[in-house]
Amino acid sequence: MINTMECAVDAQSLISISLRKIHNSRTQRGGIKLHKNLLVSYVLRNARQVYMNEKYAEIYRMQQYEEVMTVCNEIQELNPLDLMEDCEEQTGDCCGSANESASLCGALLPVSHQAPSVQHIQPSSACSVPLALQNEEVCKAPDPSFYRSCCAEAYPVSNCDFSPVNNMHCNKTTVLDLDTHVVTTVENGYLHQDCCASLQQCCQGAQSPAKKRKLDFGYYVSEIEEVPDFTPCKRAKFEDSSYVSTEHLDTSNISNLISIFGSGFTGLVSRQADLEQALNGQFCSKQALASLGAWTRAIVAF
Amino acid sequence: MGEDGESPKINHSFLRDYVTEADVISTVEFNQTGDLLATGDKGGRVVIFQRETESKGESEELGESGEYNVYSTFQSHEPDFDYLKSLEIEEKINKIRWLPQQNAAHFLLSTNDKTIKLWKVSERDKRPEGYNLKDEEGRIKDISTVTSLRVPVLKPTDLMVEVRPRRIFANGHTYHVNSISVNSDGETYLSADDLRINMWHLDITDRSFNIVDIKPANMEDLTEVITAAEFHPHHCHLFVYSSSKGTLRLCDMRESALCDKHSKIFEEPEDPGNRSFFSEIISSVSDVKFSHSGRYLLTRDYLTVKVWDLNMEKGPVETYQVHEYLRSKLCSLYENDCIFDKFECVWNSTDSVIMTGAYNSFFRMFDRETGRGVTLEAWRESSKPRAVLRTRRVYTGGRRRRGDVGVDSLDFTKKILHMAWHPAENIIAIAATNNLYIFQDRVNPENQ
Repeated sequence: MINTMECAVDAQSLISISLRKIHNSRTQRGGIKLHKNLLVSYVLRNARQVYMNEKYAEIYRMQQYEEVMTVCNEIQELNPLDLMEDCEEQTGDCCGSANESASLCGALLPVSHQAPSVQHIQPSSACSVPLALQNEEVCKAPDPSFYRSCCAEAYPVSNCDFSPVNNMHCNKTTVLDLDTHVVTTVENGYLHQDCCASLQQCCQGAQSPAKKRKLDFGYYVSEIEEVPDFTPCKRAKFEDSSYVSTEHLDTSNISNLISIFGSGFTGLVSRQADLEQALNGQFCSKQALASLGAWTRAIVAF
Repeated sequence: MGEDGESPKINHSFLRDYVTEADVISTVEFNQTGDLLATGDKGGRVVIFQRETESKGESEELGESGEYNVYSTFQSHEPDFDYLKSLEIEEKINKIRWLPQQNAAHFLLSTNDKTIKLWKVSERDKRPEGYNLKDEEGRIKDISTVTSLRVPVLKPTDLMVEVRPRRIFANGHTYHVNSISVNSDGETYLSADDLRINMWHLDITDRSFNIVDIKPANMEDLTEVITAAEFHPHHCHLFVYSSSKGTLRLCDMRESALCDKHSKIFEEPEDPGNRSFFSEIISSVSDVKFSHSGRYLLTRDYLTVKVWDLNMEKGPVETYQVHEYLRSKLCSLYENDCIFDKFECVWNSTDSVIMTGAYNSFFRMFDRETGRGVTLEAWRESSKPRAVLRTRRVYTGGRRRRGDVGVDSLDFTKKILHMAWHPAENIIAIAATNNLYIFQDRVNPENQ
């Protein structure tokens, strides 16, 4: 267990710092320093591990709360049947089986272009869709956990405390996810349905050749050098990229980053893979998503 | 410095003296007698200092109080370019190692990231005069003017030091060379890069033997790299190499041609209570040195120096904290890249004292018998020639003494990475950025 109290820097900023170091090492004189990049990748792995553990714990907490609230709702004088139907419809639209969809949609993180603001994203910014919590009442609950349905009807934004999104009621931002190469549109703080579709594919564990990902990534990184501003037209190129198996997502993140610089270190993440396999399938996508958010923000950051 | 210990030092001073990057010293090494001291810098130059021998009557009282003066300077390596990989090759001298002296000339090996060179350093203080066919200026004489024959004689001239490259050991390494070590057999030496160790014969430049190869079949499986390597001082078949994971591997070349499988592996289990984001970085060994006796190993990682007994693999026999107060600063040290600094460590001639560098121009010495450490400073303003070196202290709590330096006042740009200890006497050479400091123990010039 990593002692995160050791320093004030949180996992996400460590990730972005590390990625920046790797990026800068490309242009350093004398060629890429294998030793230094290997050490940086260890920091990346550690930071990501902490970040994912936090996310996982938080999602678990929210699910606990969700179950509690479900029971509470049944006790209250609401028509549980109506609610269940609504939920099932919506979650059915979303992603398939109820359990998974709840976790999937819920764990989506509203991603914004305001990279600096992500520094202080609280773990609670992730939200999960409670099966029976489609009403305001629950959202008004004092518990700091937030609930947002990605496929729901208009939901009062004010009830939810997304720090980066609060200011973006009417904003529409398009974000490229570097791992799945999925373009997602964030409207009014909600993630569009297309994200769910892609997540469904994620869930199914679509395989993709790792090589292609590397090339894509390499291409993308060179784009960074040329065009610092992320414009939708450039990102659109990646829309047809293949989707990646969630199992490879984590291991490939670091390895692909580093492989474009001449060496890859998934070996050090092989222990990560073991950890992830120990998790149930329903969580694997969450893990992936949690890492997606981090990666996307981190890359966007520079 | 002196009396005013309270004045804050700026960590990232923009007002400091401008130091040409090329002048930064990157390696320091005494030869086997200690009469010569070689330094290499980032600009690819080597400067050799020679100790002046004082033959006055007072030499008895003060020991050999010779000072080191510049003996020779030459350009060892030039910036290079690998066209195939589109990679620039730095000319920075990573290591210098002297060969044992066999005749009047001196030989040293110097290496940058890719190429090792053998240099011959020789003196010329005589020149032949009285040629028959050439006149004093070297012009060919008209034979008709020669009426008698004479034998040319050697006449003394001003001392001239000639340095010539005798061997160039190129194309042996794909990755960056971090160490070279001359074997006790006097004929071979090893060179180590991040993933491989090669053994060369000093006379053969177009061939080398690969003795260690830790490159995985798939680079994505890479988990550690080689950080330093050294031959045993007496046993020509033994060598040790350290890794970025903090392990030491002792290899015996008699066992097999390829020593991927170690004879012994020295590692200390990690303390789980100290686990942090940077655990892997600070456990990476930056330098490893055999003791003169050959019995012990000295290693340096980011926060400690450790002494290992070759007979005990499960952990070091001694651990010394160099700057434990930095443990809570690892985040910022990671951000400014200081956490990647590679400090060297050295033994004294009797293996009773070990020394290593730190920040703020400080370096540390540890007496192995008492276990006590002392902090000294290599800084121009605080040490005049022949002044006594005062011990310094970093304030980490408790009663603050005059002259203590706060942790936040440390200048992390002034780092002592490279140093050397005279093989027989208590003379040390400390490289501080572009300055070389030579300190001598006047109280105990000879080692007991």
